[in-house]
Amino acid sequence: MTGTEDMAGTARDRPEDFLTVRDLRVHFPTDDGLVRAVDGVSFRLQRGRTLGIVGESGSGKSVASLAVMGLHSGGPARISGEIWLDGEELVGASAERVRRLRGAKMAMIFQDPLSAMHPFYTVGAQIIEAYRIHNDVRRSVARAHAIDLLARVGIPEPASRVDDYPHQFSGGMRQRAMIAMALSCDPELLIADEPTTALDVTVQAQILDLIRELQAEFHSAVIIITHDLGVVAELADDVLVMYAGKPVEYGSATDLFDLPQHPYTWGLLGSMPRLDRDRSERLLPIPGTPPSLITVPPGCAFHPRCGHTDAVGTACREKVPELTEVAPEHRIACHLGAAQRERIWRTEIAPKL
Amino acid sequence: MIVFIIRRLVGAVLLLFVVSAVTFSIFFVVPRLAGATAEDLASRYVGKTADEQQVRQMADKLGFHDPLVVQYGRFAKGIVAGADYDYGPAAEHCPAPCFGYSFLTQAPVWPDLLDRLPVTASLAAGASAIWLLAGVATGVISALRRGSIFDRAAMGVALAGVSLPIFFTGLLALGIFSYTLGVTAPGSSYTALAEDPAQWAYDLILPWITIAFLYAAGYARLTSSGMLETMSEDFIRTARAKGLPERTVVLKHGLRATLTPIVTIFGLDVGLLLGGAILTESTFSLNGIGRYAILAIGANDLPKVMGVTMVAAFFIVLANLVVDILYAVVDPRVRLT
Ligand SMILES: Nc1ncnc2c1ncn2[C@@H]1O[C@H](COP(=O)(O)OP(=O)(O)OP(=O)(O)O)[C@@H](O)[C@H]1O
Ligand code: SF4
Ligand SMILES: [Mg+2]
Repeated sequence: MTGTEDMAGTARDRPEDFLTVRDLRVHFPTDDGLVRAVDGVSFRLQRGRTLGIVGESGSGKSVASLAVMGLHSGGPARISGEIWLDGEELVGASAERVRRLRGAKMAMIFQDPLSAMHPFYTVGAQIIEAYRIHNDVRRSVARAHAIDLLARVGIPEPASRVDDYPHQFSGGMRQRAMIAMALSCDPELLIADEPTTALDVTVQAQILDLIRELQAEFHSAVIIITHDLGVVAELADDVLVMYAGKPVEYGSATDLFDLPQHPYTWGLLGSMPRLDRDRSERLLPIPGTPPSLITVPPGCAFHPRCGHTDAVGTACREKVPELTEVAPEHRIACHLGAAQRERIWRTEIAPKL
Repeated sequence: MIVFIIRRLVGAVLLLFVVSAVTFSIFFVVPRLAGATAEDLASRYVGKTADEQQVRQMADKLGFHDPLVVQYGRFAKGIVAGADYDYGPAAEHCPAPCFGYSFLTQAPVWPDLLDRLPVTASLAAGASAIWLLAGVATGVISALRRGSIFDRAAMGVALAGVSLPIFFTGLLALGIFSYTLGVTAPGSSYTALAEDPAQWAYDLILPWITIAFLYAAGYARLTSSGMLETMSEDFIRTARAKGLPERTVVLKHGLRATLTPIVTIFGLDVGLLLGGAILTESTFSLNGIGRYAILAIGANDLPKVMGVTMVAAFFIVLANLVVDILYAVVDPRVRLT
């Protein structure tokens, strides 16, 4: 694992990688123009490891994960790039083939468990359904399995709660049930798209604990999508920071939190709520708003909001920075030179965090 | 659930009383308020040749001089328990539900209605089955193939369906299919279901399709817009994420959610139709409740009109009751209290 890397900055083939995404692009043609929701994302993930994908709202996190699940098929999305799941390429695979993997080899948990569950079927029926699509078992066997799963994710009295409807569950229990549903076929890849955003704080921690526990138990690869760096710090081994559909920083969680290199990541860290600071000090929101994905700013998409363009000059506005390796297994997309980054981090950023 | 149903039943019965009071008012109170005397009302119950004396006697006998509450009590009792009429020499018992006797034929109204009911019910049953199936299927396909030729053609036909009056489509259909091509039964054909089911269906297929054409259009639009909305719901994404085949996603998850509001409208539409399909029955000369009502109104035969009104109201109230219960069955979030 040394220095030089290929263009997308990642993903040489490593046999131990369970999921490899290479130069993924998801574009939506709309009446207003082409929405480049995901534009050249690459990452890789091993079994038993967790990748955190962070970025502000609209940065393309959900769209990227739905692409991995093959959930754009039939829609208007134009997808290119490669998605290798356990040695099998999915972008070029038939929709039917990907469907068979969905729910079995890869599963997903969504943000709002109330709207993500069908209101007219019981929680049990929905788990049983998920299990029986991929496993040819009798209903009674599937039901017993569903009860086991509910118990496993911490639902009290699972044998009776299995017949409840989603609206009879609390928010936290619903998310547990969603997790049970996702785990019903022992998926090797679990994607959690903001699994705690809709829940209150105490429940959030419980759900994160549960995901961590289950991952240890099932040894699955996990992608956790969030705009909360706190969640990432707690769960992720690797972190991919996205801005306007593009990766801007990608590295191990340790590197990323110890020595973040990209101005956008600095901004995210600065705006992270910190309980050990005074209220006034701890929130330094990034000025401005994320750009439209139809008319992305030229050059570095972050330049209208970046406070360090002076140190670079016109390149920020003219040339798209490539994702390049700046330290072993640590890549960023920024024109700032290593010395400048080092200086800015040491003198301007680190003291404020 | 049981408590819920009982409560709704009691409510339905109370509602029927209200309806009967309103009906009673329309036929007996409003004319009085408009200046008609008890004798004016009674004059319709005796022959045109009757003198004043006879009319006054009749008014007495029918109790038109009594306080309104007493009159209504008698009216309601007739419906619930039957009534006894004392026509001087011959006393007559009119069994419940008694809506009185036809001015024209002197025959009690209720047996007439019982006679007509199977025709109307047959019409409603066949037509509603056709429009529900056709409308929902069309709507689903339109939604899934949005913008396709099928979608545009279906929605065009649907528009024609809702905007063309039934006597037009009905007569056109009769003209083409029955009288020109001879593939369907001519007007005024009706065979009882119990007698010959095949003939029953054959006789009614044209009126069924004519009614269904009118309703299917609305159901197609409703289903199509409902499906479009449902298919963008989060739980549809979840269903796909489980790896369900698209067919199952659409039919088990999408359609199931879309159908819920449609069930309500369907119940009410069928209820309304059971009270008589006036235009269709007239167009096809079928002796159902609707045609009965139209003929009675034309002949100013009040007891018949009243009878039809009450029967129609009964079906609408019943349909509401059934819909309420059904709604709670199809949507578990509706609490039965
Ligand atoms: N079907 C579509 N057609 C057009 N644009 C789309 C479509 N789906 C998503 N987008 C656009 O893609 C962009 C990225 O959306 P995405 O949902 O991935 O953001 P996100 O990073 O998950 O944000 P959030 O944190 O709010 O969930 C958004 O600007 C969105 O409007
Ligand atoms: S390339 Fe320029 S604008 Fe973009 S993050 Fe780096 S310094 Fe800021
Ligand atoms: Mg999202």
